[in-house]
Amino acid sequence: MPGILVFCETKDGKLKKVSREALSIGRKLAEKTGGDLAAVVVGSQAASLAADAGHYGAKKLYAVESAALDSYTTGQTTAAVKQAVDDFKPSVLLMGGTSNGRDLAPRLAARLGVGVASDVDQLDWTDGKLRARRSIYSGKVFGRVEISGTPAIATTRPNAFSAEVVAGGGAADVVKVSFTPVEVKSKLLETKTPEAGELTIAEADIIVSGGRGLKEAQNFSYIRDLAHAIGGAVGASRATVDAGWIDHQHQVGQTGRVVSPNVYIAAGISGAIQHLAGMSSSKHIIAINKDPEAPIFRVADLGVVGDLFTILPALTEEVKKAKAH
Amino acid sequence: MNSVVCISQVPDTESRIKIAADGKHIDEAGLKFIVSPYDEFALEEAIRLKEGKGGDVTVVTFGPDRSAQALRECLARGATKAMHIKGDSVDADSLGVARVLAAAIRTLPHDIVFFGKQGVGTDNGLVGPMVAELLDVPQVNVVTHLEVGDGKLTAHREIEGAEEIVECSLPAVITAQKGLNEPRYASLKGIMAAKKIPIDTRSVADLGLTDSDVFHQRVTFVGLETPAEKSGGRKIDGADPSAAAQEIIKYIREEAKAL
Repeated sequence: MPGILVFCETKDGKLKKVSREALSIGRKLAEKTGGDLAAVVVGSQAASLAADAGHYGAKKLYAVESAALDSYTTGQTTAAVKQAVDDFKPSVLLMGGTSNGRDLAPRLAARLGVGVASDVDQLDWTDGKLRARRSIYSGKVFGRVEISGTPAIATTRPNAFSAEVVAGGGAADVVKVSFTPVEVKSKLLETKTPEAGELTIAEADIIVSGGRGLKEAQNFSYIRDLAHAIGGAVGASRATVDAGWIDHQHQVGQTGRVVSPNVYIAAGISGAIQHLAGMSSSKHIIAINKDPEAPIFRVADLGVVGDLFTILPALTEEVKKAKAH
Repeated sequence: MNSVVCISQVPDTESRIKIAADGKHIDEAGLKFIVSPYDEFALEEAIRLKEGKGGDVTVVTFGPDRSAQALRECLARGATKAMHIKGDSVDADSLGVARVLAAAIRTLPHDIVFFGKQGVGTDNGLVGPMVAELLDVPQVNVVTHLEVGDGKLTAHREIEGAEEIVECSLPAVITAQKGLNEPRYASLKGIMAAKKIPIDTRSVADLGLTDSDVFHQRVTFVGLETPAEKSGGRKIDGADPSAAAQEIIKYIREEAKAL
């Protein structure tokens, strides 16, 4: 029976949203393959995620319990997940396209001699093979790929699949995976969180992005105020990053992040081809720009021709009012 | 301190991409090709290391004839040697490319192997870590700061909303993120000097690999499509900011079901 295994990451004792999304699409694939859906979680508290994984359809939870796996290192986590793969022998291995997922998937694939499709936004199982859609050239083109080899590996783009709780989904059965930490050549010295509490564009449901129309660095406060009020992340155009107004982590587009949030608000962004490529798969796009001919309006579902310096504060106030109700 | 920098040649980010008649490749006619933007940060870091500690910077690429031009550009900026493995890399998946590069790197002195964090083309971001695994060396991905000491390095790695500081032994694979440094332009002197450096050209077979190790395996494109052109939605006048704000709120609530 071709099973589906999903490597799940945790945050604050819960499965990450992107891991729940991967489990949900994994469940749909499992219905087609007729196999089981299993999750693999690593770290000393791994087994405690059985209920969480079960809610999203996992029948089994492969728990690789070791304190050596509590923080991510390429060497340990690759060895641990490989152990789970060897035990469960899945046809498909999925993981969220996070920093760690993107670090782990290629390393593990090379060890297993199999291929990976990165950052996929559609997945299907047809004719005994995994098929995926992924955007290439930063979203200018979609590529449909077929992934052969066992397991076929894919990393899922955050927000591309919905996380769906399964009605009556009980806790997954815990299968303990025996694991002896390996000798590794790298170690994590420190984790720095400079912008504690700030959402990142990769996983946010709502992104408020600013461009050159902000005129100067300090005016990013207009963007931050709205993002804060609405519960979204701060995005930025390449021009503002190159000008040093904001850190590169915020950059949306071809040399930044390709994002697909539910709501994308672009203010003062004219819409260079590289930027459009990086955000036009967002589900609902709102553009605010004083130039009615700005290319951003070609992809916007709602375009507002006007002055961002008056519209953004008004919008921030309206959002606060709406949230207060 | 010897570095290898693996680069890929990609269409200029300004390009509009058209799909070729076979539906599986892009149409290269009229496209301008550049060194993939993240690879520029990788190259710059290697050149700075060489300037500080001596050694060679060998730039390596796997690709068709046109890729030689990308190697020339890297030599002009300060790489000291170049290797071109000729082949239709477009028909190789990431592991195929990684096998070719790993085989090439084994023949070269390397303390650090640099990549861009991903090629700005197929956008996989897989080859660097795969090469690290094939060479059995540690990797640090998406690096924004690097310090190289005696037999080890310390790298700052960008993760969601935070930064990790990772130490590892050499040799190692580093994939470069924007912000690692400010890449230099080639000087006229560099461009002239680069013309005199021979490019070591090999085939996949020269590296002891067969076509079936590399091409048309594992992950294959079955078709390319252009995203549906968005027609552009409603456009409203924002002369009255609060009316515009209310219109936006209504849209977010009713269409996006957010708030």
